[in-house]
Amino acid sequence: MSTAAVTERPASVKEASELLRELGGAGRRVRVRGGDTKLGWTPGAGKFEVVLQTGGLDRVLEHNAGDFTAVLETGVPLAAAQERFAAHGQMLALDPPLLDGRATLGGVLASADSGPLRHRYGSVRDLVLGVTVVLSDGTVAKSGGRVIKNVAGYDLGKLFAGSRGTLGLIARVAVRLHPLPRRTATVTAASADAARLAGAAARLAGLPLEADCLDIAWSDGQGELLVRFSGATASERAAQALHRAGELGLEDPRCTEEDDELWERQRAAQRRPDGAVVKVAHVITDLEAVLRAADRARARVVSRAGLGVSWLALAGDGDDLAARIAVLRQQLAETSPTVLDGAHLVSDPRPAPVAGALAVMERLKARFDPARIFPEGV
Amino acid sequence: MPGLVQELTDVVGERWVYTHEHQLRTYESDGLLHYRALPRAAVLPGSAGEVAAVVRACAAAGIPWVARGAGSGLSGGALPVAEGVLIVLSRLKRILEVDLENQRVCVEPGVTNAAVTAAVAPGYFYPPDPSSQIVCSIGGNVAENSGGAHCFKYGFTTNYVTGLELVLSDGEIVQVGGKALDPPGYDLLGAFVGSEGTLGIATKVWLRIVPAPEAVRTLVAFFDHTREAGEAVSRIVQSGIVPGAIEMMDGKAIEAAEPMAHAGFPVGRGAALLVELDGAERECEARFDEVARLCAECGSDDVRVARDADERERFWKTRKAAFPAMGRISPTYFVQDGVIPRTKLPEVLERIERLGEEYGLIVANVFHAGDGNLHPLVCFDADVPGQAQAAEELSGRILDACLEVGGSITGEHGVGVDKKKHMPKMFDESDLDCFQRLRCAFDPAGLANPTKVMPTPRLCGEVPGPYRQHPLEAAGLAERF
Repeated sequence: MSTAAVTERPASVKEASELLRELGGAGRRVRVRGGDTKLGWTPGAGKFEVVLQTGGLDRVLEHNAGDFTAVLETGVPLAAAQERFAAHGQMLALDPPLLDGRATLGGVLASADSGPLRHRYGSVRDLVLGVTVVLSDGTVAKSGGRVIKNVAGYDLGKLFAGSRGTLGLIARVAVRLHPLPRRTATVTAASADAARLAGAAARLAGLPLEADCLDIAWSDGQGELLVRFSGATASERAAQALHRAGELGLEDPRCTEEDDELWERQRAAQRRPDGAVVKVAHVITDLEAVLRAADRARARVVSRAGLGVSWLALAGDGDDLAARIAVLRQQLAETSPTVLDGAHLVSDPRPAPVAGALAVMERLKARFDPARIFPEGV
Repeated sequence: MPGLVQELTDVVGERWVYTHEHQLRTYESDGLLHYRALPRAAVLPGSAGEVAAVVRACAAAGIPWVARGAGSGLSGGALPVAEGVLIVLSRLKRILEVDLENQRVCVEPGVTNAAVTAAVAPGYFYPPDPSSQIVCSIGGNVAENSGGAHCFKYGFTTNYVTGLELVLSDGEIVQVGGKALDPPGYDLLGAFVGSEGTLGIATKVWLRIVPAPEAVRTLVAFFDHTREAGEAVSRIVQSGIVPGAIEMMDGKAIEAAEPMAHAGFPVGRGAALLVELDGAERECEARFDEVARLCAECGSDDVRVARDADERERFWKTRKAAFPAMGRISPTYFVQDGVIPRTKLPEVLERIERLGEEYGLIVANVFHAGDGNLHPLVCFDADVPGQAQAAEELSGRILDACLEVGGSITGEHGVGVDKKKHMPKMFDESDLDCFQRLRCAFDPAGLANPTKVMPTPRLCGEVPGPYRQHPLEAAGLAERF
């Protein structure tokens, strides 16, 4: 990382626009940073002269409680936003690991990071109603709106979600909120048989359970299924699921309403900043193969089993860790394996898009970042 | 053009290229009949390869093209471009794969929306359900990011597309995503869905399906005034209930629809609120009583619960009959598609009522109350001089009213040609410029559905690339100052 980088902290969208116009004009490379919780995911962005720190963009501009929407600047820490919404019995249904509450809304949006609630509510792209972006020529542009249904114009919110700061600064975001569940209940059940556990998860994913979360935790040949319910009848529905888990041959089925800690653990297990995390996207029926590959690589797994998105966390360091990542990526080559934590250990942490799609992405990069001051790579 | 027609014929065969006026008339409009244009040719390719070859031929000739699905769109999005080619996708109608275990289906764009759910029932369903679902095509749904009555709970087309095979504007075939989520790179799926045919043509679509709900409970509550019904909507949503659907009709809409649907809706009441809860049986039961109670608390003295599937069907039939039934009280009408924050419902409905009075025109309201998506039906008689113009002006003022409270000009019908003139009210010049950057990245030549979405025609300038040394500089023959 460049140690000589200057840090700029615009306090408004206007200031950000002026700053970027100036940097763009001078061709000075910039990196946008929020809570610095995922810096390791984009080591290729290391060559920059200016850090645009989003901490000055920290206002909640609107919380329309009656409409279940909010408009925020993207430097707002997600945890702080949630606190505010919770006071009105609402939430942004987005629960990625927050690392001591530092992760900002902008960082979560730019990385498209997600947590267990994705099972029911989708990922950040599905919750964003509109964005305001600032480009490298100082252009401030908005797309979408702040109502929950809108098809006017192109959906830049989705284009910028997961773009990792390569297209421009996301300065403001409008989001849809959901009721904060008053009651939750979680069923857990265990198995040391990868096929059985994955099969049970797939079976439950195909039932109309209306679960909030449906996860697998797997480590060292031993795993657990976790299914969370919310609503007035959360416990009753959990009891039904408990029964099913038993029928599907899982062991030690349990049910608890004191489930926050369980899920906090699942979220935390998606990260391994001192080692590596490989994220894979697979069809539901490939979960067993993912678990077996994880065992061979000595990786711990968190899987959104109903979606087919899994995080494989590896401890260790140096060449041994790099070698295990390489084997894992080779074995799971069909699942777009992406190295998040520990990305510096490999030369190409992200899978390449297919050629035709890549060409379109490169043209998007050229159009949205005309000064080419934001990090390269799509 | 004659050369191009020959080329198109070589690609798809003579049978599938139309150039005579009587053939082309079939395609002169989409669902919005007052916009008409004849293309120079309509071509019906039979495979993705043929679509690509057609697009390539157009690109080589510099001829614009418009893709068309079922032609049921309500914004003129599939309106042909005169002098251009219309690419009709109705022959691409195979369901290519149903993979229930992985909760995916893969279809060609000409498959109808309803056919997707039919292919995966009874265990699963495909949630986006526009009213036109029996005829509208998945390709059109992708282009418009279609919603429907159930999107308040379940979301829109964009939340269900996991993969697309695209023919880009240069004729190249590219697959983005597939069955698995999170394909590498930028979210091209998110950019493409809802782009109204301006970025390319989808020739294959992978869709996520979801388990069919265990239980469905439906009621309709009648109120004296839409204000009370609007209050009930707010109370229901604020109590944490997320209904599968929550639809409202005002008195005029009831009056038009009841004689057609015969569901026993009381003509003369000010509003009908149709609420449907679906999901886990226990949760449905527990919350359904709460919905009925909230309706009563907000002033409904007539809450009817559908006793069986037949009665539920009749309730829905009344709601869905509202559009066609307007013909009973007015020869012609414009449908608007504005969106408002839900809490502004009473305010905006009163505003619409006053505007109707001001113009001396009947405005009936049917809408998706949960997500604030209004469908005011502005009734007029085209034979009365000036009335069509007045109706159009009134429609525009309704959209203004939606924008004034922070809403949108379109919730699900799209911009197309019909609402592009309203785009500058919602987006300023730099927003539109940004949209154009996206469009140019996909279609630098500007041949894909060129006259839609953007208020004024725009060209794609040169890509401002990174600095590169000019050969003269390199040779030491020139300097840059």
